[in-house]
Amino acid sequence: MSDVVERTLSVLPGLLGQHKPGAGPGDTGGPGRVSASSRLGSLIRSITALTSKHEEEKLIQQELSSLKATVSAPTTTLRLMKECMVRLIYCEMLGYESSFGYIHAIKLAQQGNLLEKRVGYLAVSLFLHENHELLLLLVNTVVKDLQSTNLVEVCMALTIVSQIFPREMIPAVLPLIEDKLQHSKEIIRRKAVQALYKFYLIAPNQVQHIHDKFRKALCDRDAGVMAASLHIYLQMIKENSSGYKDLTGSFVTILKQVVGGKLPVDFNYHSVPAPWLQIQLLRILGLLGKDDPRTSELMYDVLDESLRRAEINHNITYAILFECVHTIYTIHPKTELLEKAAKCIGKFVLSPKINLKYLGLKALTYVIQQDPNLALQHQMTIIECLDHQDPIIKRETLELLYRITNGQNVVVIVQKMLDYLKESKEEYAIINLVGKIAELAEKYAPDNEWFIQTMNAVFSAGGDVVHPDIPNNFLRLLAEGFDDGNEDDQLRMYAVQSYLALLEEEGALYPQKFLQVMSWVLGQYSSLATDVDPEVILTKLHSLLKKAFVTSETKVWIMAAVTKIASRTSCSKTVDKVIQEFSNSLDTSMRQFAFELKHLSEDKALMKNLLPYDASCSDIVVDASLSFLDGFVAEGLGRGAAPYKPHHQRQEEKLSQEKALNFEPYGLSFASSVSSSGITGRQSPTGLSFASDMSGNSAETGHKETNALKLEGVRKLWGKEGYLPKKEKTGKENEPQTVPCGGLLAGEVGDPPPSGPDQAAILSEGDKEKQQLASSLFIGLGSSAGVSLMGKSDTATQKFKRKSKINETQNSEEISDFQSSAALDFDPLLGTAPLNVEDCEENLHTMLRKASLSSSDLVEDTLAFETPQSEKKCGLDDRLPDSRLSQSSLFTDGNIEILQPSPSAQCEGASKTPLVPALPEELELHTHSEVMELCQNDALVLHLCKVWTNDSLLLIVFVSNKTTSALNAVNLVFEEAEHFQILESLTYQFPLIEAQSVEHCQKCVWMEKISAHGIISGSVNYQSEMETCLEFSITLSLLDFIRPMEMTTEDFGKLWLSLSNDVKQNIKMSSSQGSLSEALNTLQQKLKLHIVDIIGNEGILACQLLPSVPCLLHCRTHSGMLALWFRSPCSALPDGLLYQCQKVMEES
Amino acid sequence: MIKFFLMVNKQGQTRLSRYYEHIEINKRAMLEAEVIKHCLSRSKDQCSFIEYKDFKLVYRQYAALFVVVGINETENEMAVYELIHNFVEVLDKYFSRVIMFNLDRVHIILDEMVLNGCIVETNRNRILAPLLVLDKVAES
Repeated sequence: MSDVVERTLSVLPGLLGQHKPGAGPGDTGGPGRVSASSRLGSLIRSITALTSKHEEEKLIQQELSSLKATVSAPTTTLRLMKECMVRLIYCEMLGYESSFGYIHAIKLAQQGNLLEKRVGYLAVSLFLHENHELLLLLVNTVVKDLQSTNLVEVCMALTIVSQIFPREMIPAVLPLIEDKLQHSKEIIRRKAVQALYKFYLIAPNQVQHIHDKFRKALCDRDAGVMAASLHIYLQMIKENSSGYKDLTGSFVTILKQVVGGKLPVDFNYHSVPAPWLQIQLLRILGLLGKDDPRTSELMYDVLDESLRRAEINHNITYAILFECVHTIYTIHPKTELLEKAAKCIGKFVLSPKINLKYLGLKALTYVIQQDPNLALQHQMTIIECLDHQDPIIKRETLELLYRITNGQNVVVIVQKMLDYLKESKEEYAIINLVGKIAELAEKYAPDNEWFIQTMNAVFSAGGDVVHPDIPNNFLRLLAEGFDDGNEDDQLRMYAVQSYLALLEEEGALYPQKFLQVMSWVLGQYSSLATDVDPEVILTKLHSLLKKAFVTSETKVWIMAAVTKIASRTSCSKTVDKVIQEFSNSLDTSMRQFAFELKHLSEDKALMKNLLPYDASCSDIVVDASLSFLDGFVAEGLGRGAAPYKPHHQRQEEKLSQEKALNFEPYGLSFASSVSSSGITGRQSPTGLSFASDMSGNSAETGHKETNALKLEGVRKLWGKEGYLPKKEKTGKENEPQTVPCGGLLAGEVGDPPPSGPDQAAILSEGDKEKQQLASSLFIGLGSSAGVSLMGKSDTATQKFKRKSKINETQNSEEISDFQSSAALDFDPLLGTAPLNVEDCEENLHTMLRKASLSSSDLVEDTLAFETPQSEKKCGLDDRLPDSRLSQSSLFTDGNIEILQPSPSAQCEGASKTPLVPALPEELELHTHSEVMELCQNDALVLHLCKVWTNDSLLLIVFVSNKTTSALNAVNLVFEEAEHFQILESLTYQFPLIEAQSVEHCQKCVWMEKISAHGIISGSVNYQSEMETCLEFSITLSLLDFIRPMEMTTEDFGKLWLSLSNDVKQNIKMSSSQGSLSEALNTLQQKLKLHIVDIIGNEGILACQLLPSVPCLLHCRTHSGMLALWFRSPCSALPDGLLYQCQKVMEES
Repeated sequence: MIKFFLMVNKQGQTRLSRYYEHIEINKRAMLEAEVIKHCLSRSKDQCSFIEYKDFKLVYRQYAALFVVVGINETENEMAVYELIHNFVEVLDKYFSRVIMFNLDRVHIILDEMVLNGCIVETNRNRILAPLLVLDKVAES
């Protein structure tokens, strides 16, 4: 049997054809090839022969101990070591750790000859992970092999680097790998690019300076090297697609060549040219063309060609087609292509091959939101897939239906989902599906009854794995209610009745979460069901309390419900029983509840006061500091009680008493103890209260839990508004198109399926059922006439008006917005008053800045170096690609205007001139960039100017109103940026911008996370006829945040020693740079570093990253090289600056 | 992104495993057992892609051997499905018969094709080139 297993590959009929006797090197290979007799072979055989896990474990342990002896014996040859390594790999693969061999793997990589070395590297890559400490020992070997004259060794070293390499050692190999990019052999260049990709993944900052080399790799004469560079580009474009739009043309050309069969034949796979490369390129194009009509325009042709070429009937062409369709639906749409893509999806969906059907469904799911009609076309197929015997297909279909759910088809779709839920056992699938059902139920529920029943099904099927948000949101919905109080009570009452019915069933087991929901609702709202005697409910809860399957957490919920109901009844036998039974319960929290209940029921008035009806939504103010206990504490302290010590402090003290030797410096521990005891007086009660919160014993916490918890501070996963409004809109747009679909009764008919006519002819009962199902599933997707197959248009009205509240509030907001803007329009006083305030504020700001500047100006004469002009130049150099981009975009804009000399365009052109923004005088004093255009539309132009003040970077955004009427309430909103922090607020509002005038706002920005470049994006929105939004993005460089730092040589020395993060690098100086002082001057001018001192061939410089992170630089020249040595308290800063230095030195 | 590449036989014994994301050794065995259980539960006329936890499995069966690849949602299932076949074709071209006793060489071949979860080379000649050189050197 085992032999059969091992020979599997040779029995493949398809492959036998290619198998020639003695094929190539296969039979003549090294000793490892005579495998049947090898030690690994016998190990595998004996393990395969075993029958129990226990025997396997024994055998492997035996094997491992013999291996351990062999590898550590000094006499072991490298060849034997290699063989041992393979066996170790095998043992680890079976799950038995063999860490004793790791170091030997590294040794083997170091000492072995070629094949041994390769196996050593292989073992390292399999055994160690990225952060393993032994990995550092590999670095030397890698460096040596990279410099080897033997290409095979270089190859191996590059392979291991691209698999696993310690991040902090990248600088040690980076120059060597960069050299390899010019190697004459393609395989070396290709592997070097792969290694750089790895570096990009683990430390993007380190490879920033070689982006132009990536471009060279992209244009490499060898297709393999080019393909390798695509991985880097895919990654970079994913992170920032706007930076690489200029490469779109190149990617398109490459794809054209690949599709056109211009690559060598051995790149073909089953006569399809480089399919995986095509897929990679299509992905890149998708990312580039997304939401960008101009870029998308460039790729329409090649996408069309890809679709056309991929017509061979083979799996791999379907993979390409799938990617193609994905790209076509991702980029800016073009009708012709969309039609072709839709046809393609149709082919997939209708295919008898199950894998293609799956892909078809997946594609449909992706495109369905853009094109709901496609679902209509394939509705019968979708229905069939719903009852498919393969659960994976079913699940994918449900995913599709989930996307097209609306108020009219929700009942059918949710029913299908619940059916599936009942069959599935996998926890992950259940959680996922339950979440979706709950979401749909909440959004589209047609009536109370259905909603409660569905949620009941969710809670019973989902069991205790449901996401905690689901019960929380459900209870919140019930508690907060909707616009109509009557409706609320009906819903609540229905819930109460349904739970009572459920609890009626003898012996039914419900999940804990469901029981908790039930008890909360019963406790809160059972009085709504006036026809039910509270005593009956109490009896039911009481019997639940005695059930063994109810956990103690749930019991607390039930107990809380009992308490709440008890507050509304005069006297109850059951309550007395509960008190009696649990007063001596072993569960302390239950006992606590029982006691509370007992005392409260003695004072009904207090109880009513404490547990008001339907107050779950009112806010409860909790005095977290427990200040009311202060007096008590003070009294205690006065009587000589020891001050309270927090738990961790007690722990520490206990530890320090136990310890024989104290290794901690005394000064520090003393300081901390003083400071903490200094605040204990105030803090102590808080600490105590937290402790009691945890145990849940105190009366207050108990009630807090039942009343307010779960409803406040719960993350709102789902908004109450669905995307129904959007749906309705698309539905309307599609109306004319859906009319022809009305003929669908005739079958799926006219279109591709050959089986169509037959089906139409014999409309069996089953088909009728399916069509009925279809008509209920796809209702609401188009016009009802187009959908209802049975000619019965069922317009289910949406009774459950969950969303209306939101709509109303939105409306009212809009109205109030409108009112306020109207007020602005008509009341000049109102309109200008806020503006003045803003102005004043701004003036104040600038005045303050000016003051701070002038004072520092006196001290810092170094700044004199930075004339605004040089500043401007370097700023421009920095973002050359950007400016090129904006230039080109300007150019095309110009073109359009010339081509269409409409009066409005001319008028616009004429009106442009006066709208050139200028910096306010007080800011002109600072160094600043030129005013650049950010974006514009018909009404607005945005300009940006960066002002580099001593203590911050100011972004001045000018908003110019091009129109002939004033604009009200123009909002400037910045998005949260990953690397930057915008001080004060992210938004700015211009209450009014007069016609043909310019307003500006300024924002102070700090860099939070260090990176060479980063983007802040944002948008301007304003109200004209409709809400209009204009987006922009601002590129900021690290240099924008670097300022010189004044210090003396002594200070420098002290600071230098105290800093830990350092980076060293040698860079070549060009002959033009000549001496050290010239090089330093370049750095001073371009990077704004401060030269502290120059002694002989050494120089020291200092700068700071705003607001105040210092970075010190030590430079030394020797034989045409400049040795740079950075130190800073921040680990990423030296890397970033080093990169800038390299760039500056290369440029000059 | 490819998350892992497995070869497992019908008895559930792992013949090759390569992970592109670090997973603890003891968790690997469990994962592999579950993966093969899923694959074995599928019939020939069911589709070759399985949704499993938060990722997908793409598998192909060759006689008693399953090749299973774990991928995330950004990957094209069909492209991976064919990658498996390409891999098997390369193995077939190189090895004349039993492959499983040559664990190291199978790994070397796979490393040429997939790196860091990305498909890096699919050209058969280029995949085999480094290994063939090693063999030649070992021979002489």
